[in-house]
Amino acid sequence: MSILYAQNISFRYTNKPVITDVSFALDEARIVAVIGPNGSGKTTLLKILNATLFPNTGQMFIESRDTQHWSRQEIARTVAIVPQESPAIFSFFAEEIVLMGRFPHLSSWAFEDKKDYRIAREAMAKTDSLPFARCRFNELSAGERQRVLIARALAQEPKILLLDESTVFLDLKHQSQFLSLLRELNREQHLTVIFVTHDVNLAAQNADQILLLYNGKKYAIGTPADVLTARNIKEVYDVDVGIDQNPYNGSTRVTLLT
Amino acid sequence: MLQISALLLLLFVILSLAALCLGAIHIAFSDVVRAIVSALSGKTPASEEELILFSVRLPRILFAGIVGASLSLGGVVFQALLRNPLADPYVLGISGGSALGAIIGIVLGASSFYLGVPFLAFSGALITVFLVFIVAGGPRGVLLDNSLLLAGVVVNSFFSAAILFALSIVNSMELHSISFWLMGDLSRVALKEIAVAALCLVACFAILYMQARKLNLMVQGEETALQLGVNVRATKYVLLIVTSLITSVVVSLAGIIGFVGIMVPHMMRLVFGSDHRLLMPAAALFGASFLVVADTLARIVITPAELPVGVITALCGAPYFIFLMRRKGRD
Repeated sequence: MSILYAQNISFRYTNKPVITDVSFALDEARIVAVIGPNGSGKTTLLKILNATLFPNTGQMFIESRDTQHWSRQEIARTVAIVPQESPAIFSFFAEEIVLMGRFPHLSSWAFEDKKDYRIAREAMAKTDSLPFARCRFNELSAGERQRVLIARALAQEPKILLLDESTVFLDLKHQSQFLSLLRELNREQHLTVIFVTHDVNLAAQNADQILLLYNGKKYAIGTPADVLTARNIKEVYDVDVGIDQNPYNGSTRVTLLT
Repeated sequence: MLQISALLLLLFVILSLAALCLGAIHIAFSDVVRAIVSALSGKTPASEEELILFSVRLPRILFAGIVGASLSLGGVVFQALLRNPLADPYVLGISGGSALGAIIGIVLGASSFYLGVPFLAFSGALITVFLVFIVAGGPRGVLLDNSLLLAGVVVNSFFSAAILFALSIVNSMELHSISFWLMGDLSRVALKEIAVAALCLVACFAILYMQARKLNLMVQGEETALQLGVNVRATKYVLLIVTSLITSVVVSLAGIIGFVGIMVPHMMRLVFGSDHRLLMPAAALFGASFLVVADTLARIVITPAELPVGVITALCGAPYFIFLMRRKGRD
């Protein structure tokens, strides 16, 4: 059974169509990359997946239930998103930010208990952000903030994790740490991961499936080898690329020919 | 949280005791304590000093505390909702709208209906909230920082003019003095009204406090709050209505007192951080202490005459506001 199912969804901001008639079904415990040029609707699609936005036409289903019929707390227990950036106007400790991920699991005026603190601390340990648990979030570097936001998403204990360019600010070490954490959660807890990225090689190496968007439409969906062809990339991005196999891990490799 | 609240409550009690001593007639601390002890043991106040203490100073100090707490609480909520440390019911013009509503009510004779004037003050506050949101609203309802403050300035000066206009054409005894409506005044309030304000504060605090954790999420951005499971729209309505209520009750009884709602929450945030579960009680208690001090100053600086308390709060608040704006510009 597919955990996410989009049925002919379209979305427009006042006059500007962003997503047009997109359908797909994603199985549980997959890692899926969403790629496409600027303005192709990637971020909007993520917001439809977690019911921040609702499609104007068509239906979006999570676990076979229309997102319109989910309560906010139910959604937040099932789907977590790591945003690109989070504004920090008032100062909170990094740990407080992570604890906010426990909100959907608590009744409305309870304080977090020991279990919530334990889950938050474990999430921070996994993203290597424990050392600055008691630092002010707005005083951290962009990469450190991103690790805190990833920890917050993990503290939600979701079944589906959405990532919006979540590796851009991470240094090499933390990028590799984060990617292996994703694979581990995917393998052991059957976490479904959907990540938006501009890095096609990152997508090719880490995703089971790639969804290629072009002008708000689904251009292709399939395995990296199926989707990342020179023809598709020429058509969608208007650049010439060479495709071969990465000798280290056998994944599809895209090289710009300019 | 409980320890900090207890400490701040202690501060309020100490400052209130000091405020009881001070005034046009100085009463020694030992006499104040003796009077309180004898009153607690059930004796009716007899001496002139005791009368001053219990029928003049004590009600006024309690009222100042309630008003200060209400205004600070309103500031905390508005700053969180708008994600702007410069927002509060006064700067946004909501106090002004509430005052205008109350004055219109009095002019039209709504005071003969039960709760007529407070209701109109409340309507004035709510209408202003929506007005400010419409004026400041960018595309898709996104609130822009500067436009919000500008909207507040515009709305505020419009209401001040309208209030002055209303006061100059009616000249009714019921409207108190102009300074009451424009600079705030805590001296003309009856015990019954203090009780109403206290009741309202307690009820509103309880409702707002239940939203404290949601507010923590709301200041991360409305979209983030939504994605973490907050029903943003419903929460926003509850907060706006309750805050408008608390503001309008205070304004209809004490006039417009500015800047308390900006200074107090900001100071508390500097000291205790931004967790609203701590910030709300801390700001309410410290706001109470702050206004007791401000009102005591208003009573004693030009004895035997008195200043409107709003003069004191504006004299410290306006420079603080400028300091905050400059700091915000630098960040």
